This record gives sequence, C-alpha cells and structure tokens, in this order.
Amino acid sequence: MKTSLKLLAASSAFAIIACGAASAQTELRMMWYNDGNEGEVMQSILDRFETTHPEISVTLDVVPYQAVLESLPIQLAAGNGPDIARVTDLGGLSQYYLDLRPHLQDAAYWETNFGPFLKWLDPDGDAINGFMTQLTVTGPYINRTLFEQADVDVPGAGATWEDWAAAVNEVAAALDIPIPMAWDRSGHRVAGPAIAQGALMFDAEGNPALVDEGLQRMSQMLYDWHKDGTMSQELWSSVSGSTYLGANEDFANANVVMYMSGSWQIPQFASTIGDAFDWWAVPAPCGPAACTGMPGGAALAAIGDTEHPEEVAILMEYLAQEDVLAEFYGQTLFIPGHLGLAANGIEFATDDPRAAHALATFSAAVPTISPVAYQLQGYPSNRVLFNALISRLNEAIVGEISLEDAYARMESDVTAQLAESSR
Amino acid sequence: MAHVDDKLGNAGEMLQNVVAWPLGILFKLLDLPISAIQRLIGIRRMPWFFLLPNLAFFGLFVILPLLMNLAYSVTGGTQLFLQDRPITGTEQYRFLFDCGSYADPLTCREDRFWKGIFNTSIFIFFQVSFMVLFSLITALVLNREIRARGFWRAVFFFPVLLSPVVVALIWKWILLRDGILNAFLVSIGLDRILFFVSPEWAMFWAVFVSIWAHLGFYTLILLAGLQAIQPDLYEAAEMDGTSKERVFFRITLPLLWPNMLVVIVLALIKGVQVFDEVYVLTGGGPGTATQFIVQYIYNTAFTNQVQNFGLASAASMVLGVVLFILTLTQLAATRRRDNG
Repeated sequence: MKTSLKLLAASSAFAIIACGAASAQTELRMMWYNDGNEGEVMQSILDRFETTHPEISVTLDVVPYQAVLESLPIQLAAGNGPDIARVTDLGGLSQYYLDLRPHLQDAAYWETNFGPFLKWLDPDGDAINGFMTQLTVTGPYINRTLFEQADVDVPGAGATWEDWAAAVNEVAAALDIPIPMAWDRSGHRVAGPAIAQGALMFDAEGNPALVDEGLQRMSQMLYDWHKDGTMSQELWSSVSGSTYLGANEDFANANVVMYMSGSWQIPQFASTIGDAFDWWAVPAPCGPAACTGMPGGAALAAIGDTEHPEEVAILMEYLAQEDVLAEFYGQTLFIPGHLGLAANGIEFATDDPRAAHALATFSAAVPTISPVAYQLQGYPSNRVLFNALISRLNEAIVGEISLEDAYARMESDVTAQLAESSR
Repeated sequence: MAHVDDKLGNAGEMLQNVVAWPLGILFKLLDLPISAIQRLIGIRRMPWFFLLPNLAFFGLFVILPLLMNLAYSVTGGTQLFLQDRPITGTEQYRFLFDCGSYADPLTCREDRFWKGIFNTSIFIFFQVSFMVLFSLITALVLNREIRARGFWRAVFFFPVLLSPVVVALIWKWILLRDGILNAFLVSIGLDRILFFVSPEWAMFWAVFVSIWAHLGFYTLILLAGLQAIQPDLYEAAEMDGTSKERVFFRITLPLLWPNMLVVIVLALIKGVQVFDEVYVLTGGGPGTATQFIVQYIYNTAFTNQVQNFGLASAASMVLGVVLFILTLTQLAATRRRDNG
C-alpha cells in the first residue's frame, strides 16, 4: 500500500513538473511549402533547434503552394496567420511582416549578408523581416541528349530566342518530339524575356507601364510560337486566368526539347530525371535589349501578429546563421540568398554533373540580370502586372481576343486593380 | 408455442419498461423548464420557442453572411474587415454592368463577368436539357423488370456519392493527351485529340462529366415518381389496346410532370452554382471557354494579388438574385406537385 502511495505521489509530481514545463514552452508555427526536399531539410534543422532551445517548439505546417498564394493573405489580414511563413509574394505582404530589428542580437550581420533582399521584403522601409530561403533565376533547360541524337548544334552564348526556336524545332522535327518548346504558364516567366526584348515595365516616373514595344515584341513571338507549333497549346491554353502550370513533367518525360522555367527545378530534376538524359541549364537567350531572366525567390518572413516576437527572433537568428544556411542551401540545391555564402561558394550535396552545371549556370546568370528585372521584382504589386500579362496574352493565344485587345485589357486590368488597392 | 409467445411478450414488456423509465425521467425534467417558459410567453408563442435553435443557426450561417455580402458589395478597397473598407455605393454594380452591348462581353468593362454569365448560360442549357432527358430514360429503364435491377440502380447512383474533385480528377486522367481515351483512339489508328485545348470539346466534357456525376440523383427522383403512378392505369390502358407511345405521352409523362419540374429546377440551380468539378477538370480554360460565374467570383476575391472582395460580392449578389428566383420557382413546383 505504501509503495503504491509513493508511486502515485511520484507520478503526480512528475505529471505536475511535465505540465509546468510544457506550459512554459512557447509553440511557434511556421507555414511552409515544398518545391523539392527543403521541407525535410528544414525539419531536421528545426529538430536540432528544439534540442538546443527546449523552451521553444516549432511546428512546420507544410501546405500546398496555392495556399501560400491564396489563403495566407486572408489569414494575415484576419490576424490569424502563422508566426513565420515561407512566402514568394515578398513585397506584396510587407504590411504583415514583423520587424525583427529590435529583437535581433546582431542586426549588422543581417544587413551585411541579406542587404539587397531585405528591400524586397520591405520596399518602403528599412525593416529586417526575414531572409531568402532561396534566390531564384528564371531561365531555360534543354534536353541535350535530344540535340545530340538529332545532330543539331546547341546554340551558343549570345543566341537569341529566335535562334533557339529554330534549333528546338529542328530537333523536334528530326526526332518527332511533341513539344519543341514549353514555358511555365506564369507572367513572371514571360517578364524576363520581355525585358530582353526591351520592355521597361515602368514609365519615367516609376509608375507601372506594362505594355510597350518590348512587351509587344515578346507577346507577338509567344503568340506566333503557339500558332506554328513551337509551343504546345495544351500547356497554356488548358486553364484560364492567371493559373500557374509547369511543364516539368513533360520535360522529365522527354516530351519537351527546351523548357523555360527556373533554378528551383534543379533538385526536382536531379531526383526525377537523374541521369536518364542530359538535362542542361543554358544561359538566358538574348533580345535586342539584354540577355536576362527574372530574379526572384522565396523568403522566410516573420509575421507581425505573432504573440512571441522574441522567440520568433531567436528562431530566425538561429536559422539565418551562416553554417545553418550553408547546410540548408547545400542540401536543397538552392542558390544562396546570403551574400557571404554566395561569395565563398556552397558545397552542394550532389555528385550529379547536370545539377552542378545547372547551379553554376544560374549562379553565373545573377550578374547579368537586367536592372529592370530587379526593379520589377522589387515592385510590391508585381503580381498584378504578371497576372494581367499571362491571362490576357493567353486569351489572345486561344483566339478569344486579338493581341491588340489583349494589350488594351492588360492595361485596363492593371489600372483597375491598382486603383482598387489604393482606396 | 403459446408459452414461448408469453415469454417473448414479457421480455418485450420488460425492455419497454427499461427504456421508458429513463426517458420518462428525462421528459419530466424537460417538462419543468418548458412549462415555465410556456407560462411566461403563452402557448401561442411556443412554436417560436421550438423554432429558435433552427432560426438562430439559419440566421448565423445564411442570413448574416448574406447581409455581410451585401454590405461588402457597396464597399471598395482590399481591406478584409468591413469597418476598414471605404463605402463606394453602387460603384461595383455599375462597374459590372458597364457594357456597350450586353450581347457582346468584349464591349463590357468587366468582360470576364459577362463571359462567365454567357458560359454558364450555355452550360445550363445543354446540361439541364440532357440531364432531364437521360435521367428520364434511365429512370424508365430502371423501373422495368430487368435482370439485376438493384445492381443497375446502384451503378447509376454510385457517382453521386463521389466527391466532385474526385470525379473531375478521374475524368481528367481519362481525357489528357496521354490519358486512357487518347490511348484508345491511337490504338484504333486515330489521332490524339487535345480535349482541353478546344473550347467546344472542353465545354462538351464539362457538360458530360457533370451529367455523369449527378444523373443518379435526378434518376432517383424520377424513379420515385414513376413508382407512385398507379399500376391500374397501365392495366386499363393495356386492356384498351393503347400503344406504348400513347401510354407514355398520355399517362406516364403527365403524371410524372411534377417530378420532372422539380428535377428541372434543381438541375438549373445546381447548374448556376457549378464550380468545383469544372474548375478541377478544365480550370476554366481554354482561355475563358469554361470559366463560369462562380469561378469569376472566386478569382476576383481570392486568386488576384489585389483581392477585390467588393466586386466579387457584387457579382455574388447578382448570382444570389438568380438563385432566389430559381428557388422560388422550385418551391412553387414542389407545392404544385404536392397539391396534385
């Protein structure tokens, strides 16, 4: 009986202590989406963080990318968002971010290593809201094996979009490949080549001015490619509005000779294609104005409505450490958004020469990116421009409206949406 | 034998007592407050008391959102909370209805709203017509003495149980470039058809899949109507030597008409609300060929970077008016059927 009582007392004491410890623990929620293996890598880092910081527990809520685009803004507006979120609409959500500066131990470290990207998160201020989990650059991949089989030379440095279109058509015709060229269905993807064609995106006062000669040149080219079969109607025309569609599966299945996408596909291609064929990243094709893709990326941002700003800052400082980020970028095969690491180089966890070549190609593309592309990426309402561009251009491609009508509608869409957002 | 019956009777009585005893206590306990309320508000107002939980639920989840939607439709901006939004009066409605010609969506300022209405009208016309026709044929067949009738009834009803997203994904896999249907076409020497690239094919499959998914439900309503028709009428017609066509047009169809009316109105209401199946199947494409009015509302409110809740709410109110008229028609049809 005595033993039972002792056991009961001991277990009660343990339960009380455990409850006390649990109640002292701060729980943080991090909203996350995955392109590749980054969720697993982040989870292992968070597990280590929790062992060194037992007072903080972090739950990684992995959601579809669509939820980050569509649901997160509503959650943030309603004040029900997570403590930290991985976002791509960097400047568009800036009003909801937490300024970590007052909570950071070493704000100078952040300014030194994330300097230019901090502006993407806070275009109008000098807050420190987070850091880039990846820097991305848009650009094409080719199936080099198909070029070799068709005995067609791969266009070299300085080749234009027209040169590439001619080459991929030659390959497709020789080998009966259904899709010579495919682009992600995304305004962001079209913007880089449009800038290469001379699109300025903004007027002299810095106001958005989507439609100009450069954009029209690129739009006409895309329109013509859909008509002559260079690009498949199936990808862009099989949905509506600004819905994103990628051709990554078609490319991985060797149905596409050239695929215009971006650096974030590297880890996926490394695992899905592997050495099945030579998937090869090539420099951004040129236009009369530049040879450029679009920069971009995803950031891990602290959310202003958090009830635990101190703990959020502790976690963010842990994650932003150079060795932690080196591990993260290295394991995920992401281009680093940390200037120190970018300068010193990352040891990427791959022995795949195709992945290594792609990483080198996209990293080398960073200095060649047009200033217009940086300006557009830093513009908080850039998705208004991207969505108007892709949705109206698509309506012209499927024959619902003429290209001239599409340009007029792009402008009226942008005007109406910006007017609504400025009320 | 009588002994066994007595025993069973006693056991039943015991069970009844066991069940009745706690229920009796429960009712007595309930009786106390209800009697007090009845004394307080009077017996005439008691029906309101019993309706109150349902009314509260209806008010909270139907009336309140409807009023909020109306309030949002007269505001602008991108703020989520109503109190933060500037009042714009009828501006959103004027924006929606600003058209050179209502017959040509391209002359409208908000062309996608009108394309949505135009596409929804086409969808409803074909979907409701063929839905009624095929569900009538199916009900007539399933009402006959066919082999494995129960099995066939289950087969036709099964798709109704599936989630719309599942239905759309199944058909999408069938219809894609490398889907089963195209594999079959290629195997018999025909060319692939890119079903989701052609506006006509995309609309055809949107209608087809919707009919496939919901046919069982409407068939069931018509089947119930067919089984309610007195067999004597058919026997009398047979004795008179009436032709089968005449029996169908003079007996079956007139007596089935009230059910048909319910089916037509319900299919119309469902047709106006169509979204999930088609959104997953075609994404509204190609272009805007299968973008219906509900998808327009969804896109306007949620998928654009500038989330225009005011304009989406105004479009919802327009849709709400159409649905209200259709619901009144359905109620009138049901009443007419019930009154014989």
